[in-house]
Amino acid sequence: MNAERNFKSENFKSENFKSGNFKSENLALTMIKNALGREVPVSIPGLGSYEPYVSPFAYLERELPAPAKAKSLPSPRPQKPRHDKVTDSIENAVRRSGLENGMTISFHHHLRNGDAVIPMVLKTLSEMGFKDLALAPSSLPDSHDMVADYLRNGLISRLFSSGARGEVGRAISAGELDAPVVLRSHGGRARAVQQGDMPIDVAFLAAPLCDKYGNMTGSGGRSACGSLGYAQVDAAHARHVIAVTDGLADYPLRPRISVPQYLVDQVLLVDSIGDPSKIATGAARISRNPVDLRIARNAFDLIAASGLLTNGCSFQVGAGGASLAVAAYVKDYMAEKKIKGSFGLGGMSGYMIEMLEQGYFEAMFDVQSFDSAVTDSMARNPSHMEIDASCYANPFNKGCVAHNLDIVVLAALDIDVDFNVNVQTGHDGVLRGAIGGHQDTAAGAKLAVVVAPSFRGGVPTVKESVTTVCTPGETVDAFVTERGICVNPRREDLLESARAARLPVKDIRALKAETEKLTGVPDAPEFDRSRVVAIIENRDGALLDSVYKVRGNSASLR
Amino acid sequence: MNEAIIGKPAEKRRPCRSMLYMPGNNPGMMQHVPAFGADSVLLDLEDAVSEREKDAARRLVSHFIREVDFGDSIVTVRVNGADTPWFERDLEEVIPSAPAAVRVPKCHSPEDVRHADDLIGRIERERGMALGRIKIHAMLETAHGIERAFEIARASDRLEALTLGGQDLTADMGVQKTRDGVELFYARGRVVMAAKAAGLMAFDTVWTDIEDMEGLKNEARLAVQMGFTGKAAIHPTQIDAIHEAYRPDAGELRRAFRIVDAAERAQREGKGVISVDGRMVDGPIVARAFSLMELGRLYGIGQEADL
Amino acid sequence: MESSDCMVVVSPSDGYALEYGGQNEAIFKRRTERIVREIAERYAPAEVRIQDRGALEATLRARVETAFERASREDGQGGSER
Repeated sequence: MNAERNFKSENFKSENFKSGNFKSENLALTMIKNALGREVPVSIPGLGSYEPYVSPFAYLERELPAPAKAKSLPSPRPQKPRHDKVTDSIENAVRRSGLENGMTISFHHHLRNGDAVIPMVLKTLSEMGFKDLALAPSSLPDSHDMVADYLRNGLISRLFSSGARGEVGRAISAGELDAPVVLRSHGGRARAVQQGDMPIDVAFLAAPLCDKYGNMTGSGGRSACGSLGYAQVDAAHARHVIAVTDGLADYPLRPRISVPQYLVDQVLLVDSIGDPSKIATGAARISRNPVDLRIARNAFDLIAASGLLTNGCSFQVGAGGASLAVAAYVKDYMAEKKIKGSFGLGGMSGYMIEMLEQGYFEAMFDVQSFDSAVTDSMARNPSHMEIDASCYANPFNKGCVAHNLDIVVLAALDIDVDFNVNVQTGHDGVLRGAIGGHQDTAAGAKLAVVVAPSFRGGVPTVKESVTTVCTPGETVDAFVTERGICVNPRREDLLESARAARLPVKDIRALKAETEKLTGVPDAPEFDRSRVVAIIENRDGALLDSVYKVRGNSASLR
Repeated sequence: MNEAIIGKPAEKRRPCRSMLYMPGNNPGMMQHVPAFGADSVLLDLEDAVSEREKDAARRLVSHFIREVDFGDSIVTVRVNGADTPWFERDLEEVIPSAPAAVRVPKCHSPEDVRHADDLIGRIERERGMALGRIKIHAMLETAHGIERAFEIARASDRLEALTLGGQDLTADMGVQKTRDGVELFYARGRVVMAAKAAGLMAFDTVWTDIEDMEGLKNEARLAVQMGFTGKAAIHPTQIDAIHEAYRPDAGELRRAFRIVDAAERAQREGKGVISVDGRMVDGPIVARAFSLMELGRLYGIGQEADL
Repeated sequence: MESSDCMVVVSPSDGYALEYGGQNEAIFKRRTERIVREIAERYAPAEVRIQDRGALEATLRARVETAFERASREDGQGGSER
């Protein structure tokens, strides 16, 4: 099995992509149109072959490769009793891990913008002379512009992520990385890891609290971050796991263990894994912006009209702008109607935890904690439960929680008249967002409501065709703005309920025309279509879209 | 049965419960008016705009009125006072864009209204616009103006509303504006009564503390109770509270439905007398029932079954 | 300058020229060119510089006109203001 894994890893070490002997224009990818009319590569040298996207649940019909036996078990590593896992040298930890050029390393992003582990490890690896590594974090925080330097100096030749922002996004969109970046949802990443599509050689997992034998948790310590849901998947499947901690706890760690010792090869003790002030951001406040509040009100009215807000309902919202305000309206409604929900899901905000504590829901499933208010809660409240990314949203396991979800409220950068949503590229075409759990929960929920202002920064949100499809329109039930509610025509029942409730229903094309009358019609960004810089996977691994190199002297690339 | 007895609300426009102030030089606010849900907006060229930006603001406001959709909100503009160097230019630029009404601040006397009326009329004629379509809302914010409220209310056919300016008025009176507003009690009564006597709308002054929603709710209830047809708001978050204060009482609304029903039946059957629940009902009561019903529609109550 | 607004500077010049920058320059060049040209035709030749922070068309028109008006007043042809 190890041999097989190693063989696969070799495949990933693409000679083609090594800087120097690779010219991007030599890479003539064979493209095929998927069911959304988007051109996607059939295969990419060094990455493998791909299916084009057909429909949200086409995977149910598709024949899957026979699962390799025990692929989802951690690598065997026979040990003698009481062996010492602790080191305080990153170099030693790296040497012991057996990391080689061309291999894949992973990180989690639970420390948000406070994370110091990714910069620390990449710096060391660069100094140690590594090159041609594949970087596969669960996502990259906004603050990690330094990763772009390592894309440029050859330390990292391939990137697998949920998103790319800031300088990293700009570097990729400018074509500075030869190999296309693979962008996946949280559920899609868990699938890829468990299925063996993306074997991880060495996982460097920041551990706010960790004992000498590698039992770790995120709910405690000075760098407490709450759930370690993304780290749990990597810990279970990486060939070699290094817990990176600044909070060495007495053995055994108690009372919670998020990742147990038998999955952890080494414990790397460092001075600091992050800046607590940027990890434990204050609880997100409900927006007071009147436009956000109007959007939230409209979204809530639609949710109420859908009839899904009943005893035993389940609910997910993000922490941003209008989303949290939707939760506030939902809470008032549940209080008034004496409704008790079953569970809340997702990235957890303090507001959702408050709803748990006040008895509006029976339980919260937490794959990622958004703010400090959440961090303590998991330690003291048994109904606030940590789940890993696979349990959260992997469509290929034996049942993920996203598939039990009733209602999800999601944000968007833009959306098109077919309800396809883009959360990845800005209107200038440059990578600047992250897929996150968007496509997973949209596909899983009974009602997926996308909320956004009708225009932002003078740019309309509804496009004829989005630059990048991240969530297919077939899984989006409605788009809600401050100027009205656009119900996906595929959902005649919902449209009827909205009309019966006298909600401000609008055709999405009418909304587009109304907004463009104010803003003007923007030009599409110019791309070099011969050069694919990133691919967007659907959660099942089929390709939704390609992201192209942004042409020439775009200001955003400066 | 004649029209007079059936009764129609004095105001021809639909109920205008809220009037939201929008700084006239702030496109970021004005562009979102349809989202705020105010019955009307007041694009302000006066206090909200610094002296050096008066030209920019009036240009912005006139472009917005022409080109930007304000949704269901009635659009009015507050120009600078007649005693300022900007008054005439404000009207010259704004009138051609045809707002529903112009609010004239600091009306001390009927002459102030007539002066604005003349100017607006001149501009309408010069531009070939329909005469008299653009209304005037007279803002009373001095002791002198309050004392001449009724004369001002009857100064021009263009007049559509009296509005109370509580900030300047309390300053003029040499008192502080307090939470319960005792100091404005007389002025409120005077403005409402003058407006009613002249068949105009009456707008109450703003509640300035946007953090204090309780205070706003109390003041809005007071305004409704005293007979103001609407209240000004300085922030979009105030609108819901104002609208809530105007929500008709269910019992009263139920009775209004019956009165209107009886009135319509009486008209069909050619009867001169309307009786509801065995009691005679006269013209003003019928008129009130009609306007209550119209108000009810704004809360999604179109018939008795909605209650 | 607030967001949703734009800053416009008009300076006298031999011929018309437009320099359009800001957060939307990649997608609103053509729109802006069209609007500014329409307005510029009514005034003496000038160089127009715009820094856009997300202005709507109506805002852009108003700001460009105001800038031209102010520039022509400074030439001594304008009204009484400032």
